[in-house]
Amino acid sequence: MNGIHDLGGMHGFGPVKAEANEPVFHATWEGRVFALANLCLGLGFGNIDRFRHAIERLPPATYLTVGYYGRWLAALETLLAEDGVVGPAEIDAREQGKPLPGPAIAAPAPPENVSGAAKRALDAAPRFRSGQLVRARNINPRGHTRLPRYVRGKRGVVARVHPAWVFPDTNAHARGENPQYAYAVRFEAAELWGPEAEAGTAMHVDLFESYLEPASGNE
Amino acid sequence: MSEHEHGPSDRRALRAEALESLLLEKGLVQPETIDAVVRHYEQDVGPMNGAKVVARAWTDPAYKRRLLENGTAAIAELGFGGPQGEHIVVVENTPAVHNVVVCTLCSCYPWPVLGLPPSWYKSPAFRSRVVREPRAVLAEMGLALGPDVAIRVWDSSSEVRYLVLPQRPAGTEGLREAELAAWVNRDSMIGVSQPTPPQDAPRE
Repeated sequence: MNGIHDLGGMHGFGPVKAEANEPVFHATWEGRVFALANLCLGLGFGNIDRFRHAIERLPPATYLTVGYYGRWLAALETLLAEDGVVGPAEIDAREQGKPLPGPAIAAPAPPENVSGAAKRALDAAPRFRSGQLVRARNINPRGHTRLPRYVRGKRGVVARVHPAWVFPDTNAHARGENPQYAYAVRFEAAELWGPEAEAGTAMHVDLFESYLEPASGNE
Repeated sequence: MSEHEHGPSDRRALRAEALESLLLEKGLVQPETIDAVVRHYEQDVGPMNGAKVVARAWTDPAYKRRLLENGTAAIAELGFGGPQGEHIVVVENTPAVHNVVVCTLCSCYPWPVLGLPPSWYKSPAFRSRVVREPRAVLAEMGLALGPDVAIRVWDSSSEVRYLVLPQRPAGTEGLREAELAAWVNRDSMIGVSQPTPPQDAPRE
């Protein structure tokens, strides 16, 4: 989806501000949320692609203001509600110290044979080779995608052929794993940013095979 | 101002506490397991792991070759691996080429070697700008590179995670591997800094 999370190339966010001696977590709840999300995903509730998409579905203003672990908390709530594990009314009641609405919802048993690993072995050879000229497709899916807007329609060169992975665009929507190769594609800055590009800079973006089409040098 | 300073933190704390207590009641998680995960990422995993990888590569040419060829396997030789480290690619800085890592779509980061990402790495400012004006962003962050140094930005938009192998600083020729590791700060392995003498580098 063309959401606020797809930040590459945007203007207006000001300088990068680093915090000296930053703690891993700034508050106890951040660490708890980090652990809960990892444990729930590890149990097989949701998957990493659904989790990322739940973050992307936050209203843009919320995304920018609740902080990183605030986004994690909201996404975890979304996945647990969608999977019937914990409902928002239960959390509301518990937060306000009230009795739970009706009998406690029994959580479903976690799915079996869960592995967080997303790498898959494919028999087919990669469609593209290192050094090949490619173009990122100009597609605008409403659902989850890992094709950033700033490279859509742009030409680049395959710099590295990665292994095959579960395809996030379908795995986030229970439409199967559809594993496919990923490629580090090198885009020259001028191709992406035109005359305002910085000299001597290039971007490498990891793109799944179905995001790419062959391109020729004289288009 | 960093992101986490915005918004009602207390409300999120209460919400997280309510969610945790419900998950405990339903028997899905145990408090000790939650404590263990938090402790692991606060104490056991962090840039000190990546620093050992870099120091080994600086002192052992055969290890460096393996690291650049198959980062995941070479990093596992030192005992590091796990979530967000399923496939790690190491990119080498040279006098002519400087690498910097970002995740524009979320905040993907090689946890087993660097720990959890700092706030600036997760910030909209870094994620939006470093792909459009990396030279300006690096200079702002204190790393001014000459016009003869090419900059390559790596956007971690798949499950591949990137680690930068910084250049070994001049003047460290006599140092042993363990001493060299103290020069390798977190930011140099993301690509927004150079290695620094230990006294100048508070350990993150």
